[in-house]
Amino acid sequence: MDQFVILCFTVVNSVALLVLVSLGLAVIFGMMRVINFAHGEFIMLGGYTTVIATHAGINLWLSMLIVAPIVVGLIGAVVERLIIRRLYGHLVTTMLATWGLSLFLIGVVTAIFGNTTMGVSAPLGNIPVGAYSIGAYQLLLSAITALLVVCSLLALRWTKYGLIARAAIQNSEMAATLGINCDRAYAATFIVGAAISGLAGALLAPISGVLPHMGSAYVARAFVTVISGGGALITGFLSAAAILGPVEALLSYFATPVVGQASLLLLAVIILRLLPTGVSSLWTGAR
Amino acid sequence: MLRQLKHAFVPVALALFAALGPFVLEPFSLVNLSAFSAMAIAVLGLALVWGTLGVLNLGHSAFFGLGAYGYAIAVSNLGDSTLALLIGIALPAAFSLILGYFLFFSRLGDVYLGVITLCVTLIFYSFMTSTADPSFRIGSVPLGGFNGITAIPPLNMPGEPQTSLSVEATFSICLLALAAVYIVLSFVRASNAGRIMAAIRESELRSELLGYDIRFYKLVGFGLSAAIAGLGGALYTAVMGFVSPNVFDLSQASQFLLWVIAGGLGTYVGPMIASFGFQFLSSQLGANQTFNTELIFGATILLFVLLAPQGILPTIQRIADLPFLRRSGTLRRKEKPA
Repeated sequence: MDQFVILCFTVVNSVALLVLVSLGLAVIFGMMRVINFAHGEFIMLGGYTTVIATHAGINLWLSMLIVAPIVVGLIGAVVERLIIRRLYGHLVTTMLATWGLSLFLIGVVTAIFGNTTMGVSAPLGNIPVGAYSIGAYQLLLSAITALLVVCSLLALRWTKYGLIARAAIQNSEMAATLGINCDRAYAATFIVGAAISGLAGALLAPISGVLPHMGSAYVARAFVTVISGGGALITGFLSAAAILGPVEALLSYFATPVVGQASLLLLAVIILRLLPTGVSSLWTGAR
Repeated sequence: MLRQLKHAFVPVALALFAALGPFVLEPFSLVNLSAFSAMAIAVLGLALVWGTLGVLNLGHSAFFGLGAYGYAIAVSNLGDSTLALLIGIALPAAFSLILGYFLFFSRLGDVYLGVITLCVTLIFYSFMTSTADPSFRIGSVPLGGFNGITAIPPLNMPGEPQTSLSVEATFSICLLALAAVYIVLSFVRASNAGRIMAAIRESELRSELLGYDIRFYKLVGFGLSAAIAGLGGALYTAVMGFVSPNVFDLSQASQFLLWVIAGGLGTYVGPMIASFGFQFLSSQLGANQTFNTELIFGATILLFVLLAPQGILPTIQRIADLPFLRRSGTLRRKEKPA
């Protein structure tokens, strides 16, 4: 029984992590059709911001939840201005440019902080479950992720910004005719996506430690999740995470983490073979 | 007549260099240049699949790595390098056909294709790094995890495993292999299949409406590029004497891409020149240790994408419009609005 609880927790946690590291990417890709290969590095920068801010004496929660998203959001604003803005509509070119950016950021961070792991200790303790225990911080992580998803759904559905963003994506020409500043909507979306990635990195910092190459550990999983999700922005990638997460968690649990990760990628390839436009094509009908 | 002579220029120059190099260069430079040529062979595979066929394969290093591991395992078990080289070519080719069936027959778009091929190479990376345990062995060769496989025998005379080839002979073989691959690719591009491939790059829809099975041509191009990458990987391993999971990692994958963009999409000479140039640069930077190579590479990719998106060769041609550089094969890079 206890083991079953632990297993359920592992699965939930794995799905939550997948959602957390993919959300920023889903916002940028889903809204703007920009593949951001530097997504992993935004996560990494969020982690570094948290560690540095905490070492500078700022409260851990403050540096995770406030400082990191703001800093990475600002970096995102600069990146959008200097690089992404020139390349809208050229999907492949953006992909290459952000790949260059990703290597560049890894290089810069390595040059400044060195190729060593930095970290902050995980707050909160453990919750005992019979003979086992669950990290309370991991539980909180899942809760925060759920909250984030709900917020993004509500923001897209009910706020004026969400309406403008959706309009700018669906038909930018018509939106522009109606007086919407599409450039600004795109810039805002990119910044929000970057900030969410920064937040994800910040939340991961206590449990995984930060180092210059940490982004590559997440970027493949994030991409696979978002892309197997397909057209429907939030629901698509949520359902993809709900399929891929448990597979990864269970196989990591019963075999090794490497097997778990490999099977996640493999499963995604199979999903895309069966549903070339992603899981969400099952209910949006966009085949 | 003149056109045919122009096409012969590159292989003839390479062959001359292969013949004369051993007399003028030191062994250290010969080893370096052999490794550079092996990489240049691999990048030609990407130049084919991306430049001619328009399939963006972000995981080209997966095939390079498979060739490298295939050769390493085979040669260590068999002792003879000739069959091992063939295995180094056949293994990635076979794998690419299976993978390509999944990719092309589900009609995945550019981005999806890129991401999945990248994932595949990352799967290999994480698998190979997890094989440190001695129980992971094929035949008598432990896979070695992070450390990879070491003490790999060099090339030998066909059928005589005891007679290893000298550094000079290996150098000549690598350069001649590069010339041979270049000739094969030039023929492929000039052939009917090559023209259809270029048509697919320019417009998949129109090619399909003309009755060509684009999935088949993509699969063939993909397989050929994988075989070429495998040959590059096998030769590289034979020259260096070791292979590690790093052949599958992101920076290896990005270097192939960088060379193709920098050299010019759609050309074969450009990526070759770029690969030699950047490998030389990177060996100099590595020797100096002053600059972070990732920083430099990242910045270079960014600058190329923003300032010279067509690559060195086409950009020089456009700016200078030098008649002797003007080539018929250079086409505009494919861009579709999203």
